[in-house]
Amino acid sequence: MKKQKMTNRQRTEALQGFAFISPWMIGFVCFALGPVIFSLCLSFCKWDILTPIQFVGMKNYAKMVQDPLVGKSLVNTLYYAAFAIPLGMCGALGTALLLNQKLKAMRLFRTLFYVPSVTSGVATFLLWSFIFNPEMGLMNRALSHKVPWIELVNGIAIKYIPFIANPPKWLADPTWAMPALIIMSLWGVGGGMLIYLAGLQGIPEELYEAALLDGANPIQKFWYVTIPMLSPTIFFNLIMSIIGSFQVFGAAFVMTGGAPANSTLFYVLYLFQNAMMYFRMGYASAMAWLLFIIILSLTLIQLRLSKKWVHYQ
Amino acid sequence: MSIATTYRKTHDPRIRALKITKTVLMYLVLSALSIVFLIPFCWMLATSLTEAGNIRSSAGIPFIPHPFAWGNYKEALTVLPFLTFLKNTLTITGLCIIGQTLSASLVAFGFSRMRFPGREFLFILVLSTMMLPAQVTMIPTFVLFVKLRWIDTLKPLIVPAFFGGGAFFIFLLRQFFLTIPSELEDAARIDGCSPLGIYRNVALPLSKPALATVAIFSFMAHWNDFMGPLIYTQSMEKKTLALGLYSFKGLHGTEYHLMMAAAIAVLFPVLIIFFSAQKYFVQGIVMSGIKG
Repeated sequence: MKKQKMTNRQRTEALQGFAFISPWMIGFVCFALGPVIFSLCLSFCKWDILTPIQFVGMKNYAKMVQDPLVGKSLVNTLYYAAFAIPLGMCGALGTALLLNQKLKAMRLFRTLFYVPSVTSGVATFLLWSFIFNPEMGLMNRALSHKVPWIELVNGIAIKYIPFIANPPKWLADPTWAMPALIIMSLWGVGGGMLIYLAGLQGIPEELYEAALLDGANPIQKFWYVTIPMLSPTIFFNLIMSIIGSFQVFGAAFVMTGGAPANSTLFYVLYLFQNAMMYFRMGYASAMAWLLFIIILSLTLIQLRLSKKWVHYQ
Repeated sequence: MSIATTYRKTHDPRIRALKITKTVLMYLVLSALSIVFLIPFCWMLATSLTEAGNIRSSAGIPFIPHPFAWGNYKEALTVLPFLTFLKNTLTITGLCIIGQTLSASLVAFGFSRMRFPGREFLFILVLSTMMLPAQVTMIPTFVLFVKLRWIDTLKPLIVPAFFGGGAFFIFLLRQFFLTIPSELEDAARIDGCSPLGIYRNVALPLSKPALATVAIFSFMAHWNDFMGPLIYTQSMEKKTLALGLYSFKGLHGTEYHLMMAAAIAVLFPVLIIFFSAQKYFVQGIVMSGIKG
């Protein structure tokens, strides 16, 4: 009899539990599970929303292999990732290490470095497209700023010449548009920095004291204490940066629209153009699945590699 | 003086000198870096206050406008209906903050404080949705809202917030709820409190910092959201500030002084919120358990 009562109570609690998570369950079915299944089906179809859906089998996937813009956009995305991820991670770790010292004004510096990452959005994209403006922008004004130059041709003369005479045209130049976007991404290292700071503060002081007793110099302390202890945080940031750089959209859409000469056509931008401008819903769905597969396999590879270098306590 | 007090313990003058040099060097490096981080903002502010004719002509790098053209702000914010954009953005942001904190906290309470079969599996499902790129669900969700005839309304941008509030927020709040001692819950239960009562009278009041963190991250996400409004809204009356700024670029793309003024007006609330609530940003990161 006692047992029966417990079961009843458990049943009530289970029902109440399901009631609590029901908003998520509805949302999951409507905005995650349902769309995932539909999207997978769509990737084997041709559809422009207005006319009926047409099953085309693997055609979308076959077309992707031949589409030069899919290749181009993937290469662009990889190019961006290859520079933005390591530079961003080193920048974030470097600033975090600087900010992990005991100084009076640390809170202020931490805030200042973090501000650019909270303001991400169209406003900052507009700001940076102005900074990279070839004539009026801050970047080229700084680069072509006149600096004193000592000439030793006929005696000594001091001339003022531009630091760089012909600075790149950045967003207007196919060669320099992508580097410009990478430079801009470095402005937002504050987000990663904050995560590293949290990680650094979790490293027990005793480890450093022990290393000091063993006669470790600062570089050894960094390599043999800080890095291994921070490796889970580094791993987390790495995964997040990979996912983030494969999903760049806003910056390219607002600042360049993929131009010049498709040099900033990111994969997600091309996907968006296919879906929302050309209404190739099937093709865009197939592209989305390729993206998912790429992100998933990169994450799984990192997860496997991480066993070699990530130390969990 | 502060340096002197910090290092009073060290008596060797050479070590003291070394430490002071190190401190001074640190300050120099950090100040130089902060300038690099802040110069774009200063430049933006300076440009927004420069007269149209002076932007192209001034040589060097002008950081102090002369004269101050305060009129730029008025002009920038009246060429497009920014008041309408603000109203839409406030509606979306406000309702989404309510929707996300409410539903994410309910769901997180269920996952952390209630026992039901399949709980672990469902929670893994919650986490797995974080892995799913938004692009996969973008098209079917768009189609869903087309069929519901919700395109060019604010509903597609608001309603989903009430259904779960996002995996990240559920995760963050669950971690927080797990730290609440179960004795408090038991005491409330003995007093005849229902689970909903425990949620409202025990869990929520104790989780104010976590809820504030969720609310602030939610604010940032929706205030800055660009792709959502870009997909779901079409007419001027339904645009948000982010989208309005984008149209501004299309219409007055060369008038940088106006563009910067409009951009600053959009950034300003974000900066205010950030500076008044910055401890919650750090907290959010620490609380979600992302640390070594």
